[in-house]
Amino acid sequence: MGNMLEKLLFQTLIGLSFSMYLWLLAAGLTLVFGVLGVLNFAHGSLFMLGAYATFTFYGKIGLNFWLSIFLSLLCVGGIGLILECLFFRRIYHIDLPYQLILTFGFILIFDDLVKIVWGGVAMIPPMPRFFEGSLNILGRPFPYYNIFIIFAGIFVALLLWFVLEKTWWGRTIRASASDREMASAIGINIPILFTNVFVFAAMLAALGGALGTPVRVVAPGIGTSMIIQAFVITVIGGLGNLKGAFVGALIVGILTSYGILLFPIFELFIIFVVMAFVLLVKPEGLFGK
Amino acid sequence: MKLKYFLLGALILFLFILPIFSGKYILYMTIHILLLSVFALGFNLLLGYTGLLSFGQAGFFAIGAYACAKILLVTPSLLLGTIVGVISGGVAALLLGYLCVRHTRIYFSMLTLSFGMMIYSLAWKWREVTGGDDGLVGIPRAPFKIPGILSINMNPMENYYYYVLVISLLSIYVLYRIVHSPFGLTLKGIRDSENRVAYAGISVRNYRLLSFTIAGLYAGLAGSFLPPLENTVTPPIAHWTHSAEPVMVTLLGGIHTFSGPMVGSIIFYIIKDIIVRYTQFWLVWFGAIIVFLVLLFRGGVVIFLTERIWPLFKR
Repeated sequence: MGNMLEKLLFQTLIGLSFSMYLWLLAAGLTLVFGVLGVLNFAHGSLFMLGAYATFTFYGKIGLNFWLSIFLSLLCVGGIGLILECLFFRRIYHIDLPYQLILTFGFILIFDDLVKIVWGGVAMIPPMPRFFEGSLNILGRPFPYYNIFIIFAGIFVALLLWFVLEKTWWGRTIRASASDREMASAIGINIPILFTNVFVFAAMLAALGGALGTPVRVVAPGIGTSMIIQAFVITVIGGLGNLKGAFVGALIVGILTSYGILLFPIFELFIIFVVMAFVLLVKPEGLFGK
Repeated sequence: MKLKYFLLGALILFLFILPIFSGKYILYMTIHILLLSVFALGFNLLLGYTGLLSFGQAGFFAIGAYACAKILLVTPSLLLGTIVGVISGGVAALLLGYLCVRHTRIYFSMLTLSFGMMIYSLAWKWREVTGGDDGLVGIPRAPFKIPGILSINMNPMENYYYYVLVISLLSIYVLYRIVHSPFGLTLKGIRDSENRVAYAGISVRNYRLLSFTIAGLYAGLAGSFLPPLENTVTPPIAHWTHSAEPVMVTLLGGIHTFSGPMVGSIIFYIIKDIIVRYTQFWLVWFGAIIVFLVLLFRGGVVIFLTERIWPLFKR
């Protein structure tokens, strides 16, 4: 019995580190929805691009790990800038089906572009040397890298909280999320703010993808599988709610890792049950107003 | 108006004589176009007529396909397989729809997405019933038989083509009658102004549920066409990316016309067929076409032809 408890605790830690990738993805997704009002299917593709960019800089060219991540963020941020200025800017006012299908079009484009550039096979670059090895927790090896991921995720959460609550830029974002017209009337430049938020969200997604590169598989299609979990998270936490997204990511990540251990057949099934349940009982999400 | 019926008659005649002068590949593609048309038409009853965007139709499609496959693996009767497929899709839509129609707009879309993905995860993981990620294989294209009356061998592609064609045309006609009935008008009313319809004493939720169920029946029918054609069913047909297919072709053809989803399905396969001749990466181009369409002409192809191009000839 004690053994089972240890197993569960350990699995919680594994789930916690998986949660952090989901959190970085869901944070941008929910931020874009909250401020720009668009549910972006292609957000997962930005995650995928972040992973591929890091793989190229770090795994192929052999640059420093941190520099690679930084360059990936710049690249994906640039792609986000192009996406927002040329395409997304034109769809804020149109009907939901058209918005969703436009973002879906970008999934098709990015998935195939990745195959054209990098080929269709899955790749795993080597772990950075300073992260090799693992800590002994409850008699099981827990990789140092996972510990790093957990702290990185929490750090980003604190940073986001600080930016949104304590800085002027954060205030303008919150203002335009709650009342776009009023914010515009008091002199906030909404189009530029939207571009900034979109690029910022793209970089968060890229960071998730980049941090996952050494331990998770880099393959075409990771965007579509990740985005759907990010949807579950944003729904659980409430669409547009950052605190909710963090808790939602913890729920989904830990539930998934329990699922793999306890009920492998229903591992994926159960998170969609949670999603449907939240939608039916409290559609505004656990942390919705 | 007369021209419209003439063109329609010509198209149907063309479809019936198609096997005389075309090979297996064209018939195979046409079956896929008919299948997607039926799937998308049912979907558009929800989107274009009721104003509800479902992102889980692939789930009902898959239920129809798996149910039909299961029947064909046990009893070699094509008609029975189709009937069970249709009913399974409809029953599933009725049960899940009861929960889904509590919401509208984005919450409805998210709810249907979650139910669709539940069905996907069962198809993928519930190995005993669905064969897991290998899917169900070796499904026979069973003969069409009515006991004591007739039995037609379906192995030749032409025969199966005629089977799919006749059932598709019948179901399309039925749907045409549905959307032009008082029921269809009420759905449009709900789409345009939910409150007014409710004030007229009509249960908005029941009408939405019925619309959802009909869409499920059509998804089940489209799904049941698949196993005898491919001899196999696999989990990806239930995935949410497959749910996006009817959305894409419907928007391509236009949501506010009855023929939009069909025209969209035809264009979808023609574009695909042309691009794959040059590159296997056809989706990047198709994605670009989708983006272009959404940004530049949202009415869809049918509206574009009837309101922009057709008047040029009339003058």
